[in-house]
Amino acid sequence: MTAKVTVNDVERVAELAHLELTPDESAHMLTDLNAILDYVAELNELDTVGVAPLAQVSELGSFVSVPRPDEVVPSLDRAAVMPQAPESDRVFFKVPKVIER
Amino acid sequence: MASEAHTIESFVEKPKTLAELRAEIVEGRTKAVDLAAGYYERIEKINPRLNVYLSLTRERAQEQAARVDALAAKGDPLPTLAGIPVGIKDVLVMKGAPATAGSKILKGYQPPYDATVVTKLAAAGAVLLGKLNCDEFAMGSSNENSAYGPVCNPVDLERVPGGSSGGSAAAVAANMAVATLGTDTGGSIRQPASFCGVVGVLPTYGRVSRYGLIAFASSLDRVGPFAGNVRDAATLLGVIAGQDAHDATSSPAPVEDYAAASDKLAGGLKIGVPDEYFAEGLDPEVRSAIEKGIDALRATGCTIKRVSLPHTRYAIPTYYLVATAEASANLARFDGVRYGYRSPASDTLSAMYSHSRDEGFGAEVKRRILLGTYALSAGYYDAYYGKAQQVRRLLAEEFLRAFAEVDAIVTPTSPIPAFRLGEKSGDPLAMYLADIYTVTASLAGLCGVTVPCGATAAGLPVGMQILGAHFREATAFRVARVVEAAQLQG
Repeated sequence: MTAKVTVNDVERVAELAHLELTPDESAHMLTDLNAILDYVAELNELDTVGVAPLAQVSELGSFVSVPRPDEVVPSLDRAAVMPQAPESDRVFFKVPKVIER
Repeated sequence: MASEAHTIESFVEKPKTLAELRAEIVEGRTKAVDLAAGYYERIEKINPRLNVYLSLTRERAQEQAARVDALAAKGDPLPTLAGIPVGIKDVLVMKGAPATAGSKILKGYQPPYDATVVTKLAAAGAVLLGKLNCDEFAMGSSNENSAYGPVCNPVDLERVPGGSSGGSAAAVAANMAVATLGTDTGGSIRQPASFCGVVGVLPTYGRVSRYGLIAFASSLDRVGPFAGNVRDAATLLGVIAGQDAHDATSSPAPVEDYAAASDKLAGGLKIGVPDEYFAEGLDPEVRSAIEKGIDALRATGCTIKRVSLPHTRYAIPTYYLVATAEASANLARFDGVRYGYRSPASDTLSAMYSHSRDEGFGAEVKRRILLGTYALSAGYYDAYYGKAQQVRRLLAEEFLRAFAEVDAIVTPTSPIPAFRLGEKSGDPLAMYLADIYTVTASLAGLCGVTVPCGATAAGLPVGMQILGAHFREATAFRVARVVEAAQLQG
């Protein structure tokens, strides 16, 4: 958990996140990520063997979850939604070509 | 000139309460359309200095106000918020009004629907004035991460209003709305309320629907009210709370009359004071103000009990791993396909995604997306995200044990009063550490209220954070009323 992040790591993670960083941005992010990861390494002090992860507080006893009935209800109208797209033919979203070459 | 820059009198004034304004409207002494027009006039005059509103919804406000006046003229019974001017943080959507989330990537977006909280406010007669500035995607503690410029703190224009709901807090402090809605993921309602000297409410996770909230971290995000006093804030919570078919995490727990419940005296309640929130790093003036607030609770007949929450020191690293991991997933939707900004010069889909996101997101958002993506990536998931989820359980269980012994827990909301614009903006970690007292309740799903509790010698507001167990908002409000009353007595 104390492993140092390298420029290659930053670039790999940026690619996973669909972010294209300038070399200057990459350098800044490298410094910041290492500072933050150094700090979060404090969690290693805690023994968490056998502790179940808590993803949602709804898992705790004070919460009651009632699923809604599985019924079909109308969604937002396509005619209201499509005009917000940068490019569409009012039925489909249009995007640049998906397959390169 | 310097003294003018610091001048607060023209911005901070003693506004009428929601109850007073409603009574005037019911009795026909004030017209809702005139009240709204008065607020717009004030906004136009002072918004250029404070940068609180990003957009105004005049037409909708005008129509709603006219409807309220027509009801009042007929003598019909008026709903809870009839004619009350309310501002909305710009991470909540209003049909047809711009929703930017403080980001360039959503510039121009006009959502085709209302958030559930907006629907509920409108049904209760509220006049919605416009959309309030905030940190980009609610990521920040100073409002300096907004792509549309920072908000100035009305109490001292050279200082930050806090964040991320800086506009929502400043709007109430400067009387540019009677009440506002904000959102809180790690402290984004409570900390700006503290910095601006107003009341802010963190409802229990699931108490208020998140439908129509532009998501940051879905297991932590809450929507809650700001107001000038505790009772008004409680009234607002009563309007926006409740189960919603559009949000599967919203709770079926019955909604109480929080305003009436807050009238019940707090004497006899057991109040926990955790040592860990009064340790190194707490500004001595903040400490002394909070101790006076605790004295007021003691004087009213509350029992003050020391409690220990030893995992507190692990809350910031836990929070920043959980929140960024969830953010990296939530913000994947901003890809230039369905709404918002698309980079014009991309010849493939993949290039279009990355160009749009790179040009559209600000530095802090990118930093958090990268951190979250890293924490979730193959080989690191267990060490970072998995570990943080385990510590999250330890933190939550520790609170549940404490709440078996006390009715509420009181702490400072922030270790420091409002800092200067630019003071921390170059150091992300220092900015994160400012959230030390607020992220714990976020992780544990607790409710809380920030209430003004004195000020520093320089006149900067100090806020007390009152935490309640899950769905015990009424108890937190009762405690807050005592602290509030003590301020009026000087």
